[in-house]
Amino acid sequence: MWDNTIILMIVKGVFETLYMTLLSTLLAYVIGLPLGIILVITEKGGILPETRVNKVLNVIVNLARSIPFLILLIAVLPLTRIITGTTIGSTATVVPLVIAAAPFIARLVESSIKEIDKGVIEASLSMGASPMQIIYKVMIPEAIPSLIVGAAIATTTILGYSAMAGIVGGGGLGTIAINYGYYRYEKGIMIVTVILLIIIVQILQEIGMKIAAKKDKRK
Amino acid sequence: MSGQIESPIIEMKALGKTFFSENGQVTALKNIDLQIHKGDIFGIIGMSGAGKSTLVRCINYLEKPTEGEIWFDGKELGALDQKSLRQVRQSMGMIFQQFNLWMQRTAEGNICFPLEIAGVSQAEAKKRAKELLKLVGLEDKAGAYPSQLSGGQKQRIAIARALATSPKVLLCDEATSALDPTTTESILSLLKDINKRLGITIIIITHEMSVVEKICSHVAIIDQSTIAETGSVHDIFTHPKTKAAERLVYPNDNRINKLIGKRCARIVFDGSSAYEPVISSMILECKATVNILYADMKDIEGKAFGELILQLPQDETTADKVIYYLKSRDLHVEEVNDYVG
Repeated sequence: MWDNTIILMIVKGVFETLYMTLLSTLLAYVIGLPLGIILVITEKGGILPETRVNKVLNVIVNLARSIPFLILLIAVLPLTRIITGTTIGSTATVVPLVIAAAPFIARLVESSIKEIDKGVIEASLSMGASPMQIIYKVMIPEAIPSLIVGAAIATTTILGYSAMAGIVGGGGLGTIAINYGYYRYEKGIMIVTVILLIIIVQILQEIGMKIAAKKDKRK
Repeated sequence: MSGQIESPIIEMKALGKTFFSENGQVTALKNIDLQIHKGDIFGIIGMSGAGKSTLVRCINYLEKPTEGEIWFDGKELGALDQKSLRQVRQSMGMIFQQFNLWMQRTAEGNICFPLEIAGVSQAEAKKRAKELLKLVGLEDKAGAYPSQLSGGQKQRIAIARALATSPKVLLCDEATSALDPTTTESILSLLKDINKRLGITIIIITHEMSVVEKICSHVAIIDQSTIAETGSVHDIFTHPKTKAAERLVYPNDNRINKLIGKRCARIVFDGSSAYEPVISSMILECKATVNILYADMKDIEGKAFGELILQLPQDETTADKVIYYLKSRDLHVEEVNDYVG
């Protein structure tokens, strides 16, 4: 059974998985990073306190985070069709992945930025820095090591979600594992795809940790 | 100290600050009137919880006062919009107990930050950072990260950073409280040097009288949210009028209780006569023996200040003679026998 077509299919699966994961992570950060920052600064005692905005965003983030991914995946199918024109394949999977990951990333970003010492923010204010300058020049650079660790966690979590999308024909290694392992009882192929997923997670996590350690000037 | 005639650089008028929370309200400051003149090294001293940290944060409007006004360099800060307020803050430097340096920036990067905020070009900012590193004696640490520096070095970098935009005022919030005595000494002399060389007004928040004694020209004592006493360090030190002032000037003030029940005199030296052998002359002249119960001498700005508590002879006439003699030598003498228990 290990002919060229199967090997080619698995290689394609690896690339599809990486494509879905990395593109979704990137897009989810486009939403999650500002959202996380807004959660921090609008808090009571933050640099732009807006208690009402903060409460609303918190509720939205919590709501989005409490929906199980599989349900979300199916629930957003109409939206997916509007955006990508299809509901199967790796590009279509990016839509639910981004929706599921963005609020999760917002929380990761929020907790990274909250690690910054309040005194450091106060020092910036005392020098006449504007809220925007504090975000760009203080909050993000000071939280960089923690943000990168968060990004590694987010990427590997999204990778796990992307495999789950295999159940609705989401493409990538997840689809291969389900089609061959679950429907056709070809354990060999299933095991190979699972091992490949493990290796990819290991590599992504390791890269994230290495970069974070290199960027960390605190010790 | 310069400029008693010119208008003060910082003036607080009936300043008050109340914090409101779910558990009720806390008054941190009430009815504060204070004038700080250009070139002063002004100490604000008080026990912890007295409101001094809130007071210093009102000066640069990090805390918005709930009552009264703050005037800085002819501007009422409460009347400014956010943008003008940020501009005003660029002419006030601030240093902190915990240094508050950016850990992900080098020493040079930290010093450049306020200049970046002020819109100075990168090349010029680097040049200025180099000058400032020299001023604080850390030229070789430009590329070091704060985690690689000692506490004293961190505070020096923080001082350089605070001075980057050539501010008119430097606010120091317990700047030496996290440092050991030797490092404290060196940071204080650096501040004094900066005050002399750059003419910058320095405001020092502290709970330690020793810090005030070493470098301040003026002091305000803050106690239970109000100013208990204010004046030159000399006056407050030699003639503390309030209990709060006494507590700070003589922190271990239980000596009186140990005295045995006799008449005692407290003599204050105010800098003019401390080096004269007054006591010996008095003993010879009055032919009286006295018992020295307590003595404390300090060197403030090159002059000797201190107090001495004498137990007077039992004979009333001789005792009066002693008091009369001391008073004739222009010393501040008071009897403290009413304290004796």
